[in-house]
Amino acid sequence: MNTPATAPVVRIQNLSLRYGEQVALDNLNLDLPANQMLGLIGPDGVGKSSLMSLLTGARAIQQGKIEVLGGDMADARHRRAVCPRIAYMPQGLGKNLYLTLSVFENVDFFGRLFGQQQAEREQRIAELLKSTNLESFRDRPAGQLSGGMKQKLGLCCALIHDPDLLVLDEPTTGVDPLSRAQFWELIARLRQRRAGMSVLVSTAYMDEAERFDWLVAMDAGKILATGTATELREQAKADSLEEAFILLLPEAKRRGHKAIVIPPRQSSGADIAIEAHDLSMRFGEFLAVDNVSLRIERGEIFGFLGSNGCGKSTTMKMLTGLLQPSSGTALLFGQVVDAGNLATRKRVGYMSQAFSLYSELTVKQNLELHAKLFHLPAADMSDRVTEMAQRFQLDAVLGTLPDALPLGIRQRLSLAVAMIHRPDLLILDEPTSGVDPIERDRFWEMMIELSRNDQVTIFISTHFMNEAERCDRISLMHAGKVLASDTPAALVKDSGHASLEEAFIGYLQKASGDEAAADTSTEPAVVVSPQTQAAQAAAGFSLTRLYSYTLREALELRRDPIRASIALVGTLFLMFTFGYGITMDVEDLRFAVLDRDQTTLSNNYALDLGGSRYFLSRPPLADYAELDQRMRSGELSLALEIPPHFARDLERGNQVKIGAWIDGAMPTRAENVIGYVQAMHQGWLLEMARSRSTTQLPAGLMKIETRFRYNADVKSLPAMVPAVIPILLMLIPAMLSALSVVREKELGSILNLYVTPVTKFEFLVGKQLPYIAVGMLNFLLLSILAIFVFGVPFKGSFLTLTVAALLYVTASTGIGLLISTLTNSQIAAIFATFLATFIPSTRFSGMIDPVSSLEGGARLMGETFPGAYFLTICRGTFSKALGFAELGPSLWPLALAIPIIVGLSVLLLKKQER
Amino acid sequence: METLLNIYYLGIKELRSLSRDTMMLVMIVFSFTGQVYLIATGVPQSLHKAPIAIVDEDRSPLSHRIINAFYLPYFLTPVIIDQYETDHGMDVGLYSFVLDIPSHFQRDMLAGRQPALQLNIDATRISQAFIGNSYIQTILNGEVNAFAQGHRAIVTLPVELEIRTRFNPNLSSVWFGSLMEVINSITTLSIILTGAALIREREHGTIEHLLVMPLTPFEIMSAKVWSMGLVVVVVATASIIFVVHGLLEVPIQGSLGLFILGMLLHLFATTSLGIYLGTLARSMPQLGLLMLIILLPLQMLSGGMTPRESMPALVQNIMLAAPTTHFVSLAQAILYRGAGFGIVWVDFLALIGIGAVFFALALNRFRNTISSMV
Repeated sequence: MNTPATAPVVRIQNLSLRYGEQVALDNLNLDLPANQMLGLIGPDGVGKSSLMSLLTGARAIQQGKIEVLGGDMADARHRRAVCPRIAYMPQGLGKNLYLTLSVFENVDFFGRLFGQQQAEREQRIAELLKSTNLESFRDRPAGQLSGGMKQKLGLCCALIHDPDLLVLDEPTTGVDPLSRAQFWELIARLRQRRAGMSVLVSTAYMDEAERFDWLVAMDAGKILATGTATELREQAKADSLEEAFILLLPEAKRRGHKAIVIPPRQSSGADIAIEAHDLSMRFGEFLAVDNVSLRIERGEIFGFLGSNGCGKSTTMKMLTGLLQPSSGTALLFGQVVDAGNLATRKRVGYMSQAFSLYSELTVKQNLELHAKLFHLPAADMSDRVTEMAQRFQLDAVLGTLPDALPLGIRQRLSLAVAMIHRPDLLILDEPTSGVDPIERDRFWEMMIELSRNDQVTIFISTHFMNEAERCDRISLMHAGKVLASDTPAALVKDSGHASLEEAFIGYLQKASGDEAAADTSTEPAVVVSPQTQAAQAAAGFSLTRLYSYTLREALELRRDPIRASIALVGTLFLMFTFGYGITMDVEDLRFAVLDRDQTTLSNNYALDLGGSRYFLSRPPLADYAELDQRMRSGELSLALEIPPHFARDLERGNQVKIGAWIDGAMPTRAENVIGYVQAMHQGWLLEMARSRSTTQLPAGLMKIETRFRYNADVKSLPAMVPAVIPILLMLIPAMLSALSVVREKELGSILNLYVTPVTKFEFLVGKQLPYIAVGMLNFLLLSILAIFVFGVPFKGSFLTLTVAALLYVTASTGIGLLISTLTNSQIAAIFATFLATFIPSTRFSGMIDPVSSLEGGARLMGETFPGAYFLTICRGTFSKALGFAELGPSLWPLALAIPIIVGLSVLLLKKQER
Repeated sequence: METLLNIYYLGIKELRSLSRDTMMLVMIVFSFTGQVYLIATGVPQSLHKAPIAIVDEDRSPLSHRIINAFYLPYFLTPVIIDQYETDHGMDVGLYSFVLDIPSHFQRDMLAGRQPALQLNIDATRISQAFIGNSYIQTILNGEVNAFAQGHRAIVTLPVELEIRTRFNPNLSSVWFGSLMEVINSITTLSIILTGAALIREREHGTIEHLLVMPLTPFEIMSAKVWSMGLVVVVVATASIIFVVHGLLEVPIQGSLGLFILGMLLHLFATTSLGIYLGTLARSMPQLGLLMLIILLPLQMLSGGMTPRESMPALVQNIMLAAPTTHFVSLAQAILYRGAGFGIVWVDFLALIGIGAVFFALALNRFRNTISSMV
C-alpha cells in the first residue's frame, strides 16, 4: 500500500463534453493519484457519470485529452490495449448484467470476454462468489436478485480480470445499510490483496466518502475542490463532510437550504389512514410478504426500512391495489382496498421505485396529463400545474423531456405528479434514492409541510438513516416480516445501540442469523493467479470472446422458450397455411348468363361453360341492371350475354357476337377468366362445326403440344412449397436476430461492448451464430414437412440445398443484425425488419412473378435481395433435379451477400457511445 | 362522461408519444408512399415481360411471323436458341417458356398435315405458367389462322366472342397493386402500433402508473384503439388521395367516404387484435415474432394477393373470421366496382361482428393480465 504514487493513474486536460446544447463537462483539468481509493462527489447531474464513462473509454471524447494508465484514451489502439486493465461498473442496479442469465453465467461471460481459459475462470469465479457471499445463489437468474446482490454481482463481473483501475459509479445507491457495509468490506479486502489497484467511486453517501483516501468534489461540470476528507472539511470550515459539501457549493445552489426542523405532530387519535391486517403475498413458492399488520394515523409520516428485496415494495403495491394480497385485508380510510374502486384511488398518490412517467412527454405535459386524468376542475387546472411546478422548482424545465433530466429532478417530477390531485395519502417507494443531499433536504421540507399543514399521511420507504430518523414512526422489515415498529428514538433505545443505523443492522443480523456471521469468519487467503494472457488476448481475433457472446445469446434464447417455440412452431404453421392456402389454379369462378335468345342452342353454349371445372353457374340474369348489380357486388366474375336471335342468325350464317363481361378488379383473376372463356369458346366452335359438317373436318391447322415441365400435373403444392421456404427462412430468422443488438442498447448492457476487449466483429458474429443454428433447425423442419407431409417430390441434391440454406440463413440473420445496429428502439426495429423482409421476400423474389417480370425499384430490389437466388435454388433442387454444377450462378451471389451485410453492420456499429 | 374524457386524454398522450419517435414516423410514411409506389409500379398482376425462347427449326415466313408475335409488355423479346440449349435454359430459370417450331412446319400446316408445335412451360412458376399458356395458345392460333387465311379456305362459324373487361379495362397492375398495398399497410401498421404501445408501457413501467390512477382497463385500451386507429386512417386516406389517386392516377370508382367508414370498422378489429397480441407477448422480441405469424396469413390469404376462389374451401371459411377478408372485399367493391352501401353492407356487418368479438376478447384478457404486467 505504501508504493509511492509515481505517476497519476488518470490525467485529464481541458476536457469538455456537451449533449446537444447542454454542457456536461466544462474544460476540466485533473490528475488522479495512483494506488488510492478515490471518491467523486457532487450533486446530481453535474457530470460525474459522464466523466467516468469518458475515462473508461465507454464514451467518445469530444474535446480535450484523457490519459489513463499511461496512454491517450482517444487512441483506439491504446483503448484496446488498456481495457483489460480497467473495470467499469455503471450506475443503476445491475445495468450491465444479463437478467435472464444466472449469477455464475454472468461472471463466466465476462471471464470469456477477457480471454480466460476454463480452469482459470472456474477458479476465479469460485473465489469471487465466495468472498461476496453469492455462492449459494450461483444458479439464480440475476433478474431475481435483490438490488444489493445485483451490485455485488456487478462487482464480481468487474473484478474477474484483475483490473488496475476499478471505476464504480454509485455502487451503493438503493442498497440497504447492511449490504452496503458488506460491500465496502469486500472492496477493502480486495485492495489489500491486490496492491497497486486504484479505485474511483462516485457516491451520494457522505459517510462513505469520508472513508476514502482522496476526494474530488464536482459541480456543474467543474471541479470544486480536491483533497482528503479532512482537507475538504477544513477548507469549508465545517464539522462533517456533508456540511462541507453544501458549503462548497456556489451560493445560488445552496440558497434556501437550511437544516431540517420537524415540528411535533398533533395526534388526531382515531383517524386512521392505513390499516393492514395480516397481509401476505405469495409468488409461487416464495413468500414475499408474511403476515404484515400496520396502522397509520392520518397526517403521520411513517417510514419503512429494510434490506433489499424484503417485501417493502410488495407491501406498498398491495396497499395501492396494484397487487391483490394472497391473504389478509388492507383498508384505506376505512375502506377495503379494491383494484376496481376508483374513488379511493383519487385520494392516494403513489410514487414507484423506478421512474414510471412518460419519457416521451415533457415535464409540463406529464403534469397536465395527470391533472386531467384526475379531473381537476378546468378552471383550477393551469393554476395547479403552475403551483406544483413552482413548489417543486420545475419551472425552468417545463419544456424538457424527463430523460434529459438528472435523477434528482426526475424524482421531484414524480412527486409533483403523485401530488397534483391533492391526495390525502402519499405512498412513496424510495423517493430519494440517488438524490443528492441538498435535494433530499428540500424533498423533506415539502413532506413535513404536507404532513403538518395539510394533514397528508405519508408512507415512505428509504435506505437513508437520517431520513428514517425524521419519520414519526418506522417499521423495520426483513424477509417479508415486520421486525419492529415504533418511533425512531424508541427503537434505538430498545436495541441498546447508539445510532439508528447500528440498531437497524443489529436487528437485521439477528434476523438473518448465521448468514452474516459466516461471512466474516471464513476469509480465504485468496491468491488470485496473475492473469497471463489478457494482454495477448486483447490483440487480434479471439474465438473465446466470440463464443462468449454466442453462449450468452444462446442461453437467453433457451431461457425464453416461448420465443424459441414461436419461431419453430410458427414456421411450421405458416408453411401449412401457405402450402394449402395459396394456389394458383383459379377454379370455381362464378358466372351467370343473360340469355336473350332462350333457344336450345343458346342454352347449350351456357351449359358447355357451366360443365367446366373452372366455372360455377349462378342463376341467370334478367337484364342489364341485374348484371350491373351482381357484378358490382363481386358475386360474378363473368357475365355472358347471348344476343336475341342468336340461333336464327347462326343458321342463316350471319355474324353473331356473344358478349363476355369480365370483372377486371383483380387483374390476375381476370386474365385467368379470359383465358378459360376463350379456350371454351374455341372448343365450342369446333364442336359445332364438326357436328354440322357432313364431311370430315380436320381438327385444326396444327396442334400445340404443351409440356408442363418439372411439375407435370401443374399442381400448386409442389410449386408453392419450395417457394415458401425462402420466405419463411428470411422472415423468422431476421426477426429473431433483429432485436438482439437494439435490446442491449435499450437495456444498457451494450456497455460491455464498449469497455471490454471484444471487437465489433466478434460481438456481431457471436450473436449471430445461435440464430443461424435456429434458422438451420427451421430449415430442416421445413424440408421434412415439405417432403414427407406435403409429399413434394425432391429430385435434386439435398447437399446443395443445405449449403445454400446455410448461406441464406446467415444472410437473413445478418440483415436482422444490420437493422438492429441501425435502430434505437425495439419497436422501430420490429417495424423496420417487417418492411425490409416481408415485401422483398413475398413480392420481389419471384414467388409469384419472376424477377425478370418486375419493373423499376422492385426489379432492383429483387436482383439485390438474397431471396430470389435462394428461391431459384429451392426450385432447382426440389423440382428440377439440379445440383452444385447447375446452381453455381445462384450460390455465388448468396455467398457474396454475407460479407457485405456483416461488413456493413461492423462498419455501422459503434464501439463507443457518442 | 369522465370515461370519455379519460379515453380522450390518454389517446392524446399516445399520439404525443408516437410523434417523438422520428424513425417510426419515417417508416410509417414510407410504407404508405414509397412502398405503395414500388409495388404498384414494379409488380405485375397480369402477364408481364415473361421470358420466352424459341427454337426455330423451320426458318420459314410463318415461323418468323410467330416469333414477331411475341412482344412487350407481355413477353420479353424472344431469344432464338438451339434445341440443346432448352434444358439448361429452363433449368436455371432463364426462360419460363420455350416454343419449338419443328422443321417444315409451314409446309406441313398448309398441306393439312396438322404439324405439332411443342411448348415447354416451367410449371414451377405457376402463375406465369397458367396465364402465359393461354396467351401463347391464343397468339399461336391467331397467327397460324391468319397466315393460313391467305393460302387456303377455312370453315369457321361466324360467332365472335367479344370480351369486355369492366372496372379496370386495361387490367392495369398499378390500379390493383397500389390500393391493395395501402390495405396491407393499414393492417400491418394498426396491429404493430397498438401491440407495441402496450408492450412499451409494460417495459417502461408506465402501466403501473396508470393502474394507480382512477382509470379502468376499458379506458386504457380504448384510448390506444382510437388514437392508433386515427393515425392509420389519416395516413391511409392521404395515401389514397395523394399517392394512389394523385401520383399513380388510379381512378376511384365509389365513394371514398364509404370506404373510410369501412376502414374505421376494420381498424376497430385490427387494433383490438394488436392489444390482444400485446397481452399475449411478454416482451418486444416475442411480440415481433407473434406479429409475423398473425400478419402473414391475414395478408396473404385475404384475397388481396391471390384470388379467394383459388383457396381450398376450408381456408376460405376460416378466413371469413379474419377482418382482412371482409376489408379487402369491401375495398375492392367500393373502390374498383363503385359499389354502394346496398352492396357492401354484408361486409360492414361482418366487420362490426368481428371487431366486437376481438375487442371483447382483448379487453377480457387485458383485464385479467393487467395486474401481472406491473
